[in-house]
Amino acid sequence: MKPILSVQGLSKVHGRGCSKCIETTGPEQETNICSWCGSVVAAHDVSFELHPGEILGIMGESGSGKSTVVKTLFFDEEPTRGSAQFFEHDHAWNLFDLNAAQRRWLRNHRFGMVYQNPHLGLNFNVSAGGNIAERLLMSDLVNYKAIRERALDLLSRTEVLADRIDDSPKKFSGGMQQRVQIAKALATQPPLLFLDEVTTGLDLSVQACILDLILEIQQELKTAMVVVTHDLGVIRLLTSRAMVMKYGRVIETGLTDQILEDPQHAYTQRLVASAL
Amino acid sequence: MRHYELPAIDEQEADSDLHEGTAYNFGFLDEYAKREVRRTILKAIAIPGYQTPYASREMPMGRGFGTGGLQLTLSLIGQNDNLKVIDQGADDSVNAVNLRHFVELTCPGVSTTERTVEATIIQSRHRIPEVMLREDQVLVLQVPYPDPLVVVEPSEEKRKTMHGEGDYSRLLTKLYEDIVQFNEITISHRYPTKINGHYVIDPSPIPRYDVPRLHQSPNLILLGAGREKKIYAVPPYTSAVPLAFEDVPFRTENFLDAQGNRHACMRCGCTHSFLDEVISEQGERQYQCSDSDYCNDQLAVLKLNQTEGVNA
Amino acid sequence: MNPILDIQNLSKHFTLHEQGTQIPSCSQVNLTATPGQLTALIGPTGAGKSSVLKCVYRTYLPSSGSMLFTQEDGRTIDLSRATESEMLQLRERDIGFVTQFLHCLPRKAAVDIVAAPLVRQGASAGIARDKARELLSTLNVPERLWTVPPATFSGGEKQRVNLARGLIAKPRLLLLDEPTASLDPDTTDRVVDLLNSIKQQGVAMLAIFHHPALVERLADNVVELAMAKHTLELPA
Repeated sequence: MKPILSVQGLSKVHGRGCSKCIETTGPEQETNICSWCGSVVAAHDVSFELHPGEILGIMGESGSGKSTVVKTLFFDEEPTRGSAQFFEHDHAWNLFDLNAAQRRWLRNHRFGMVYQNPHLGLNFNVSAGGNIAERLLMSDLVNYKAIRERALDLLSRTEVLADRIDDSPKKFSGGMQQRVQIAKALATQPPLLFLDEVTTGLDLSVQACILDLILEIQQELKTAMVVVTHDLGVIRLLTSRAMVMKYGRVIETGLTDQILEDPQHAYTQRLVASAL
Repeated sequence: MRHYELPAIDEQEADSDLHEGTAYNFGFLDEYAKREVRRTILKAIAIPGYQTPYASREMPMGRGFGTGGLQLTLSLIGQNDNLKVIDQGADDSVNAVNLRHFVELTCPGVSTTERTVEATIIQSRHRIPEVMLREDQVLVLQVPYPDPLVVVEPSEEKRKTMHGEGDYSRLLTKLYEDIVQFNEITISHRYPTKINGHYVIDPSPIPRYDVPRLHQSPNLILLGAGREKKIYAVPPYTSAVPLAFEDVPFRTENFLDAQGNRHACMRCGCTHSFLDEVISEQGERQYQCSDSDYCNDQLAVLKLNQTEGVNA
Repeated sequence: MNPILDIQNLSKHFTLHEQGTQIPSCSQVNLTATPGQLTALIGPTGAGKSSVLKCVYRTYLPSSGSMLFTQEDGRTIDLSRATESEMLQLRERDIGFVTQFLHCLPRKAAVDIVAAPLVRQGASAGIARDKARELLSTLNVPERLWTVPPATFSGGEKQRVNLARGLIAKPRLLLLDEPTASLDPDTTDRVVDLLNSIKQQGVAMLAIFHHPALVERLADNVVELAMAKHTLELPA
């Protein structure tokens, strides 16, 4: 089966960078910061493939570079080096060669993103239904009735009560805000969805609900997903494959159950053993 | 009543060949200022609907009184022009009178008129004349705030990107929220309109009634914002489509009463013009044509019909 | 009949970096699995029987050896060298694993958990649920539990849900790790009947049973695993 996303050598350095950046940073050096020029090597040489319908988890602690990877793929940040391709039918998009209009088109029609902070993914000046309408309008749907029906449908799928559709997200709990974000991201039925620490900070019961919801939706829509998290429980529940990162480097990749039951790398073993 | 006269200056103190013994250049602005405005106008016409920045001059009246429209008029006007100035459709409102007077003062020899059909330049605040304009006429509209996106995005940089990418989804979202709350789009003036398939403009505070007049007009329409330093244009025969949903189309004011009958102008009886609401001394609600020149025309026709009727 | 799975010289050891040791799990295993037959793995505890199954399923990464699996179109693939995506696809359609533990979503009803593999293969939700109910009933799972999430079930009840889920979709190769460990004799009998009927439908099975009697009832072949070598100290 052909992949839907392919990433090669993705790197992101904050700062001017120098020739010593790579060798002075990483898991062996236990740092992201280059000792020669002070630049931060957020991610270095990240490569992976994702197939349609797969859920890939990117796991790591703070500074691992996991968020950087999805931010560059969703065009929130510009990578320093590397290439990535998005495939659909017979067409391949070279992501980092695209211009602003093409990137915007992909974001509105093919990608979805759910952020940890709902303020990044939602417009708080607009109602919950309006947020979904905005995304549908960005994907060129201009029929009011169709938009309204779709918004109601999505919110009910994400278990937001229909009578809250016209309320501002300011009035919602954290869990509900995340659910509206998910509904909004799914509005255009994107084949590829990025989720960045979406349950971090939420109550446990709410976390379970949201993870449940994501899985249900994925099984129904066959969306390929990249799930960024530092939580092993989320990895276990959601993902079929996992990639472990530390200080910007990929430490290990494998099937999720294999990473959790037979971790190969010393760091992964330590991580798995530390799970509560 | 004597008009205020500009003081004559000492010929020796005249500082340039351009000035012929008066304190001001013809058209008040110096020729370089006019040239810059004209270049901006050409650029605005070349990119329909694009808010073109220009070096808006300080004028001898406060911002908010039509300095943008005025600079356009002054940069275009010549000895052969015939200028009409209206405010809310009326030639005799205070602002219109002052602007017309200013032009008369600074452009000696230029004619002014109240008759729409006789004007070559029409400067207007908040209305477009009822009578269809011709290819040889220019309509200048006064604009307070040119950018329709300012209500949904405070950052100018982001607004420019949105305009550049043709991304008006946030504006449409606002329309969606209106329909949700009020069952219809409640914008009455400054209705966002898409020009030539790309840029969405704020057409100035003209009522919805006038928006269809922007579409495929034979005349050039120029819009000037003095305070915000922007000029934009709807060139002749250009598409101008108000933003709406497929299933919630754009509607204009219908002036129907409770029984579904169209109100008529109390002065000329016209039932197809834009009406102003007036409260009579008795407290009654009455309606009158907003376009005073048009009302005059209609009244003349009415009187003619009445006379003929009597004679018949 | 040609084997569907051919394991040669399979060895697995764990390298624990923190402790600086290497722990052997299974060593030099050779066996085959054939469609329509059940191969039972026997041997003492610690001989690595579960490890063999887990290596086939890729829950463990084999340390050495080969596992040649014959796909539906006749091509063989070495499971120890297959890519992650290939393994995921094989798990979806060809290889099933009934383990001792039930990992599942906290809020999903038992009947939906069991129906899921069929739904993933394309069956309608209605038909899949009917089949699921049928299986749960065969396995003596009380009807009142069908719409309840299994988190609160007893060990035996969870095991039966697990079994139902593993058996419903009929993979070409079925791995079973002590499938009847927590079951009463009556339910055990039903499982034996089920496994026999699945065998007759051509499914190849590789199984570990805790009771020798079950091996006798079900196994067509028996492979005995020996204890692995001692723990090794890793060089510093």
